[in-house]
Amino acid sequence: MTESSSEVLATSAAAWDYAPAPESRDVVTIRPRYELWIDGEWSAPQSGEYFPTVDPSSEEELAVVASAGAADVGRAVAAARAAFERGWATDHAGRAHYLYRIARILQTRAREFAVLESLDGGKPIRESRDVDVPLAAAHFFYYAGWADKLEYAFPHGTRVPHGVAAQIIPWNFPLLMLAWKIAPALAAGNTVVLKPAETTPLTALLFCDVAREAGLPNGVVNIITGGGDTGAELVRHPGIDKVAFTGSTEVGREIARSVAGSGTHLTLELGGKAANIVFDDAALDQAVEGIINGIYFNQGHVCCAGSRLLVQESIQEPLIAKLTERMRRLRVGDPLDKNTDVGAINSRAQLERITSYVRYGIEDGAEIFQPDCVLPSHGYFHAPTMFTGVTQSHRIAREEIFGPVLAVLSFRTAEEAVAMANNTRYGLSAGVWTEKGSRALAVAQALRAGVIWINTFNKFDPASPFGGYRESGFGREGGRQGLEPYLHLT
Amino acid sequence: MSRLTVTKTNKLFIDGSFVRSESGQTFTIAGDRYPRASRKDVRDAVRAARAGYARWSAQTPYNRGQVLYRLAEMLETRRHELEAACSGAAEVERSIDRVVWYAGWPDKLTQVLGSTNSVAGPYLNYTTAEPTGVVGVLAPTEPPLEGLISRLAPVLAGGNAAVVLAGEVSAPAAVVLAEALATSDLPAGAANLLTGPTHETAKVLAGHLDIDALDLDVAGEPGYLIELERLAAGGVTRVVRQRATEQTLGCVAAFVEHKTVWHPRGI
Repeated sequence: MTESSSEVLATSAAAWDYAPAPESRDVVTIRPRYELWIDGEWSAPQSGEYFPTVDPSSEEELAVVASAGAADVGRAVAAARAAFERGWATDHAGRAHYLYRIARILQTRAREFAVLESLDGGKPIRESRDVDVPLAAAHFFYYAGWADKLEYAFPHGTRVPHGVAAQIIPWNFPLLMLAWKIAPALAAGNTVVLKPAETTPLTALLFCDVAREAGLPNGVVNIITGGGDTGAELVRHPGIDKVAFTGSTEVGREIARSVAGSGTHLTLELGGKAANIVFDDAALDQAVEGIINGIYFNQGHVCCAGSRLLVQESIQEPLIAKLTERMRRLRVGDPLDKNTDVGAINSRAQLERITSYVRYGIEDGAEIFQPDCVLPSHGYFHAPTMFTGVTQSHRIAREEIFGPVLAVLSFRTAEEAVAMANNTRYGLSAGVWTEKGSRALAVAQALRAGVIWINTFNKFDPASPFGGYRESGFGREGGRQGLEPYLHLT
Repeated sequence: MSRLTVTKTNKLFIDGSFVRSESGQTFTIAGDRYPRASRKDVRDAVRAARAGYARWSAQTPYNRGQVLYRLAEMLETRRHELEAACSGAAEVERSIDRVVWYAGWPDKLTQVLGSTNSVAGPYLNYTTAEPTGVVGVLAPTEPPLEGLISRLAPVLAGGNAAVVLAGEVSAPAAVVLAEALATSDLPAGAANLLTGPTHETAKVLAGHLDIDALDLDVAGEPGYLIELERLAAGGVTRVVRQRATEQTLGCVAAFVEHKTVWHPRGI
């Protein structure tokens, strides 16, 4: 494409604008203050401390939330233990029924959850409405069916739940990660104490109301809010039998150190730096959609994001031209607007981290492209960003940014592409784009990552196991394999 | 004058070769000298294992099963030597049979542990069992031969490469086992056996950033094991603790990664 024609397109895109289509926030009631959910009731923190949670698109304070201290963690663990010992593990059909009820209530209250998720976390309503909430309900529905069929999942020997599971989830998919954690844990017969992320506690707190509505026995699910200190208290509490964590590799290492030698079962779902490999015979328009979805979905706050684009040298020029055109059409702005593609960055701290990495990219000598978009004057926003001319030693090609920043590298042969893709300490996901079946399968086999998307990207399903190799963590979530971390098999 | 017998110089087994410790140090068990592996030997063995892993995991599962079966054959031909290196004939027989049991697993792992997954959309979605990579093994001290083989065989059956710290008591068994491994068509570096006190070398192995998993002797001293687990946490290394003579699918599954592949369906 010539320079002048791309200018014409850019101008026409700006002129051809959408009318605002905001989703109403009246559907959800946010209380001014939230306590801890322990043993089936709201309970003020013994610490007496609260912290605010804000709407990252406006910096407006939405509510204050209890900060659980050591004593509160102890109470939550004791409640979970008591519930475990009241027969939760043995009533297989009962567990199935409760999980089905939860799935159905989530579906019924989907709009409420979607709006609250976008308000508290900044993700576009289109994504919370079409991805996060339906998938969360689907996870409960899927694992409900396993609760009374565990002997079919693992036919040999015995299968015994661990007991009380401590679960710590991140801020990028708050309700969905809650579902990924709670559904298999309960299906397997464990009880849980879950801590949502500090910046996105509200949908987990609304979930307490779902648990109440479903009639879930007291203490089976306990939700305690707080920051890193609360999480640290929780994972080292002696009453915990199993720890499941999703978050950064840095915190994952700390958790592994703190449970070392305790016999506590551990699964970690950590960071990533996925390669999205595009071969010269790929269907380019489809690949462009996959690349955009791979890195700009949820503002790039995705552990499995396709943050390294590896493109075969012979098609680099046309692919980059198509990508830049597509990026010019991404709509950045109000998360509650149904037309928004890229919402708000989750927090000020994360925005600063992303900005630093963009600076490293420029300092290391890569070439930056950002579409000419007007960012809102309030709130935390970042333009979709693409770096070309990146080499493997650049920090933006090695470290997880967790933002809308794509690093483009080129390769000549399939062997080189595989070597570059595997040249990372992570191993969570990867993408392959080619119309040649044998090449797709061979590359998928050679990639050292837990999830491989061929001619697609960022697809999730409760029946599909998800999890990493190497420093992306260990254990799988989803599928029959996702039950295993919550059972002691002999 | 009667003939002088030719005595064997005991060596480490690294990268398919029999070598002395780079430190030149040895230790003595029942009057015989064995090489005392150093920290540098551990690092060399990990490097060899990384290369060995690439070769071993690239072979077909059927082929890996045949190599493991040949290992059982090679052990059977050395049973007199092995008997002298452990508690006796019964332990040797259990050890050989264990290798045969694991030899049957490589081409069945994905069928048993993997799945085709029904996702809510037009996609083929399947999960296969893939090797974890390089596994560090801190072998149990008892029983000397059965303990070594019970820990090594499942690692190899999963398609992984191993660096085994055999310790002191198991050194005589480790030396004979290495000779069986060397004649089993196992690619160089897929199995590396180091003898000698493990107090220092185990820390180097546990904290090495290029191992993917660590199998710890469950009977070890607790404080020491906690230290090793903490070192392993630095590299997000998977830590596994199994009983010395356990023979289960779980022993292999502990060193297997589930890989899930998506592909669209469409006309």
